[in-house]
Amino acid sequence: MNSAIDSPSIPESPSGPSASDRLVAVAAGIDVPSEVHAQVGRETPVLEIDHFNLWYGQKQALHGITMPIPQSKVTALVGPSGCGKSTLLRSVNRLNDLVQNVRIVGDMRLSGDSIYDPRTDVIELRKRMGMVFQKPNPFPMSIYENVVYALRIDGETNRGVLDEVCEKSLRGAALWDEVKDRLMESGLGLSGGQQQRLCIARAIAAEPEVLLLDEPCSALDPIATGKIEDLIQELRGRYSVLIVTHNMQQASRTSDYTAFMYLGRLIEYGPTTEIFTKPILRETEAYVTGRFG
Amino acid sequence: MTKHIERQIEGLKEKILRVGTLVEEAISKAITALINKDTALAQRVMASDEEIDRMEVEVEEECLKILALYQPVAADLRFVVAVLKINNDLERMGDLARNIAKRVAQLARAEPVDLPPEIRTMATLTQEMVKQCLDAVVNADPALARQVREEDDAVDEARMQIRQKILRGIKSSPDRVESLLRINSVSKHIERLADMATSIAEDVIYMVEGEIVRHRVTD
Repeated sequence: MNSAIDSPSIPESPSGPSASDRLVAVAAGIDVPSEVHAQVGRETPVLEIDHFNLWYGQKQALHGITMPIPQSKVTALVGPSGCGKSTLLRSVNRLNDLVQNVRIVGDMRLSGDSIYDPRTDVIELRKRMGMVFQKPNPFPMSIYENVVYALRIDGETNRGVLDEVCEKSLRGAALWDEVKDRLMESGLGLSGGQQQRLCIARAIAAEPEVLLLDEPCSALDPIATGKIEDLIQELRGRYSVLIVTHNMQQASRTSDYTAFMYLGRLIEYGPTTEIFTKPILRETEAYVTGRFG
Repeated sequence: MTKHIERQIEGLKEKILRVGTLVEEAISKAITALINKDTALAQRVMASDEEIDRMEVEVEEECLKILALYQPVAADLRFVVAVLKINNDLERMGDLARNIAKRVAQLARAEPVDLPPEIRTMATLTQEMVKQCLDAVVNADPALARQVREEDDAVDEARMQIRQKILRGIKSSPDRVESLLRINSVSKHIERLADMATSIAEDVIYMVEGEIVRHRVTD
């Protein structure tokens, strides 16, 4: 028996590139094609990101990202810090419009409607999406008013409609049983995990076409994280979810599709089960196994 | 975290290789004992199976620990899963070596018969397959693993020839039926060893390439 003991973890084939070749190329500013699994193309997209580039001043943060986000599925964006995943997520509802010196080339389409067309009404556009941030940010008002806020500003005054949406959304966010007896109390009095679920309830109250989650569990303890992850599982099938996460296991537990980004580029994008059992690229393998990043 | 899991995987690799070495030795000694009618050596093979069984449990516990504590993914996950299966196969190969050794002791007590020469051919082929499949594990070498899969046919062929010979032998010398059946049994054990080497080779292909090739015609 051969006595050489070298790690089989990232087996090297004689002809294949080493784990870092593409990443080295990306770091040197060379464009590398994204590896998109065929199954992604078989899904109906709710959101289409189309050759999307973004610059913060002189610095290019996103490079020609093209990816369809499937309808009624959970899609996770993963990658090391600074890879552009949050920038990409925030570009979907044009939050980056608020940042100075941002320049964008390319487009995204929500159910076929251009997001970056100059004629697009940004407010109307944002109504079609829900967003939840890293830190829970309930408004300083009652639990009830937090949930129905979007409907209120849209002019809804019918109490029956508001009550119904409030209950449905809180149930949808797996929070109803915990708060149904204190709907008129301040949302700020809830625990961190409950606040985050309240934010999800608020986000789904307006029946968004896509739900954007930006590291929704990073400020939560493991129990609250578990509840949010359960909730994401339940939202699957009813909502299209795009989630940014630093937690690899969270991506593997909650998502149907995973996209691996690095330095502003989409490296590999495919079914989560494939990405976490047999990714096509060694670069992805190195990242998901924690060999770099 | 990364360093930790790499160390665990390295440790697991060393352990499975130790099991592999023990099994390879047991097979080699069992075959030597068979050919040389060496009952003392056969006894030692039977005794060594305990050590293999103990190591098998240790490796399995190690795999479960890594799965529970480190939640490996991708190549790491495939490695741990492959080791679990290879470990199981190796333990059974140890049992087969022990069974061959048992037959050596029984043959020594029965009416003497000559071993059909095909047994040697079969044993040589099988030992080579065992060696190669373990090398394929060590070097994560799918090409060598594929070669092992292809070699299995030659062993099956030799086994068929031995079976025919034994059937003829039983007809011509019914008084030696007991010994002949024991030799038949030995050839069946050797054939099983080759099958298990093939199974290990298939696990190596899965480990490296992520493809489950079992139940597929050799490519």
